[in-house]
Amino acid sequence: MSTFLGFIRKEFFHIFRDRRTLLILFGMPVVQLILFGYAIRNEINDVQVTIVDQSSDVVSTRLVQKILASPYFEAAEHRHYVGDIERGFRRGTIKEAIVIGPGFAERLQRDGHVTIQILTDATDPNTANTILSYTNAIVTDFARDYQPLAGDAALIIPETRMRFNPELKSVILFVPGLIALILMLVCALMTSITITREKEVGTMEILLVSPLRPSQIIIGKVLPYLALSFLNVVSILVLARFTFNVPVRGSVTLLLAECLLFIVCALALGILISTRTSSQQTAMMISLAGLLLPTVILSGFIFPISSMPDVLQYVSHIVPAKWFLRIIRGIMIKGVGIEYVWKETLILTGMTLAFLVISVRNFKIRL
Amino acid sequence: MLPIIFVMPVVQLLVLSFAATFDVKTITVTVVDNSNSPESQRMITELSASGYFEIVSYSASMQEADESMLRGDAQMILGIPSRFGRDLQRIGQGDVQIIINAEDGATAGIIQAYSTRIFASLGQKLRMEEGIIVSNPPVVIISEPRHWYNPGFRYTTYMVPGILVVLVTMIGMFLSSMNVVREKEIGTIEQLNVTPIKKHQFIVGKLLPFWLLALVELAIGLVIARIVFDLPMVGSLFLVFGVAGVYLIVMLGIGLWISTMTNTQQQAMFIAWFFVVIFILLSGLFTPVESMPLWAQQVNRLNPIAYFIDVMRRVMLTGAGLVDVLPQVVSLVVFAVVVISLAVRRHRKVVS
Amino acid sequence: MSVIHVDKLTRRFGAFTAVDAISFTVSEGEVFGFLGANGAGKTTAIRMLTGLLAPTEGVAIVAGFDVAQHPDQVKRTIGYMSQRFSLYEDLTVRENIRFYGGIYGLSDVRIQAKTGELLDKLDLHGAAGYRISSLPLGWRQKLAFSIALLHEPRIVFLDEPTGGVDPITRRQFWEMINAEASTGTTVFVTTHYMDEAEYCDRVSIMVDGKIEALDSPSSLKEQFRADSMNDVFVRLARGGLSAEVSA
Repeated sequence: MSTFLGFIRKEFFHIFRDRRTLLILFGMPVVQLILFGYAIRNEINDVQVTIVDQSSDVVSTRLVQKILASPYFEAAEHRHYVGDIERGFRRGTIKEAIVIGPGFAERLQRDGHVTIQILTDATDPNTANTILSYTNAIVTDFARDYQPLAGDAALIIPETRMRFNPELKSVILFVPGLIALILMLVCALMTSITITREKEVGTMEILLVSPLRPSQIIIGKVLPYLALSFLNVVSILVLARFTFNVPVRGSVTLLLAECLLFIVCALALGILISTRTSSQQTAMMISLAGLLLPTVILSGFIFPISSMPDVLQYVSHIVPAKWFLRIIRGIMIKGVGIEYVWKETLILTGMTLAFLVISVRNFKIRL
Repeated sequence: MLPIIFVMPVVQLLVLSFAATFDVKTITVTVVDNSNSPESQRMITELSASGYFEIVSYSASMQEADESMLRGDAQMILGIPSRFGRDLQRIGQGDVQIIINAEDGATAGIIQAYSTRIFASLGQKLRMEEGIIVSNPPVVIISEPRHWYNPGFRYTTYMVPGILVVLVTMIGMFLSSMNVVREKEIGTIEQLNVTPIKKHQFIVGKLLPFWLLALVELAIGLVIARIVFDLPMVGSLFLVFGVAGVYLIVMLGIGLWISTMTNTQQQAMFIAWFFVVIFILLSGLFTPVESMPLWAQQVNRLNPIAYFIDVMRRVMLTGAGLVDVLPQVVSLVVFAVVVISLAVRRHRKVVS
Repeated sequence: MSVIHVDKLTRRFGAFTAVDAISFTVSEGEVFGFLGANGAGKTTAIRMLTGLLAPTEGVAIVAGFDVAQHPDQVKRTIGYMSQRFSLYEDLTVRENIRFYGGIYGLSDVRIQAKTGELLDKLDLHGAAGYRISSLPLGWRQKLAFSIALLHEPRIVFLDEPTGGVDPITRRQFWEMINAEASTGTTVFVTTHYMDEAEYCDRVSIMVDGKIEALDSPSSLKEQFRADSMNDVFVRLARGGLSAEVSA
């Protein structure tokens, strides 16, 4: 036992003496959490809009004021006329232009309806879509205010409730993904590098000739990373809870247990890579391209899987992070228990076992 | 090495462009129809006919529907109260309950927008067909939307120019920084130092191939974008390559600078990775820069990736000319001069 | 008394025979030189003797244990030092000693005592807290050798221990090896520096997986009518080559 403890102590020395890597290991999650918490948002505010009001009557002016008073819109610095709206789009100074034709108040009074033009820069389709919805909502609201005694125009009145995340904060969505990414980084990338380093330097041979069993060597190498990554997870959760108010609605014990499962899965992948490669460079390349990239792109971390083409949706099934994300989003955001995520847990467990078996077998063959 | 340089970017371009989409395609819906009236049937039909929504199940109660949402089977619950049909007939309006899974706030917003629009137009239709006459008819302001540059709301059109930037960046920064460090690791840099080659010749000789390589990569990427994603090139191709040339000098300079700070390829890779990730996250590739807080927007003033993505999108999609992107181009030129001179000075010091 | 007994030891990788039915014995306290060009099969042979690789055929008994059946017992009784010195560069001298003592199951008290002894012998007390990366190559090599002997193995295997070291350090190193052998430890050493063979009690020369010669350096020189071990080797290698050509 003390043999084993000595081994683990040595591993910690390695980790703590490589300051740069340590900084990246612990600095990266914090920086990313801050970026995702504060900067990376899907919410849309302060859209630069130009309103060309060709009527300039009392009613149209009130409409303009109402639009600009909303937090979503902000008047562009430069005032445009119809002919040079395009220039504004090209320069990127405006995202939307609203054109109110002549005789707005008069037509509204006389015909009971009037048309306004809404031009959006649709290079970013979602922003365009959202801008249009916001504008429509304000305009409809304005029409209702204009004639408070009228019967309601809307026949079907939807009463919408945003479940789980009423403020539509994107950080709530990103924190689970961040956890998956960090775990992959620390567990898979770092272990594959540290094991191949022993191979490169030649110390692995000495260890193999020693009375230590191969299983002890591997466990000794990965245990410190398991501890570190667990610490990483807990600190991300605490930071997210107290800085960004990201809730853990379900059971914390279950959440940590699932994290542990994913950690073991990532460690198994790291070991697998290290048994297949002999240089740190290759191990790093494979980990980055084969593990980290899919974890970012194909797990549903940032981009919803349901929007992807079928081929990629199939590919996403073999990305462990996809299942892990479904589990921890369920636990953290929806507050569900194991009865809702047992299927995903089972798949993840199966994957982990498979990776473990393959890597153990590979490691023995390499002897 | 060659397959990595040419095949990887192509694969990345394809996978990223198809995967990196916030496009909301099929929204899964479970319906609780307590009304079971012709009106409620009509509404359900209308919803699934829109193409955005797919009715995956009917739930007997709101509780059952909620279970379905917890399991992740349904993204939206449409609850129709029993009095819905009667209300429509009698008072000319009826309300329905919509519950949207808002884990992903952006998607939830889009779902809400789509559903509201569908209900509004159904309302209009019902009014006309049924001839429901409301006393004292309300005024209507009809908004007539025009979506410029990307009227089909294709997400790839938006993402591909940005992804091209990311790919070109990888080449410029990773390969150049790792290549120079590699010379250090192997020791060939000492060898070169004893030859009469001048320092600036060394640097130009080292960076020029990567500069050309990245531009070739960009050309290949543009061709693929054209063929596979039907991406337009409204503006001038010449301008795109011109700006790319300047931008690459900035990134190569950063790569060289990283290589002077590190001794192993691994360190170089880690540091390059660290910077690139932060730059990309802030660049507006995934999320609009305008939604970011002021400090992030200020940081972006020093972010070459943000400038280049912005220029690429506007030139390629809206047809912006040099005049329109002048501020961005000027910033990139300033960066290029500053970064290259800093990197070269530091390189000289380290080497000699 | 023999501590290594090898009989028709063979290892094949697919169709390729890396080690072809080699047989020899090594006695207690002997310095046994295991020579051969790169690719002659030295490394494969040493990996089988240390229990890293299972033999395809034949028997190897090391310190009384069959390597194929009881590799774990073998590992406990041997020491090993590879061509790359195998110390952890980011650990200090003291930490390296402690670590290697630990993996051979030495008690803390033993490790303490051994550490003092070792630092005395190498006169490294001043550098005990330094990281290996800051030590000169010669020091690292001696330290690595001493660490390989920390658990007092009966046999120590040295795989190309003097690669890349200057001649003076090499000589000092061989003095250490001979001193250790005089205390009764058996030393099994591979090298491709033929002049080093002169330090060995007996030498075997491997060519293309087979042992082509095995005797004391002086008898070998006599046998091949050569002035130095280098000449012996050149003649042997040529013989091997011509045999191959005629076959």
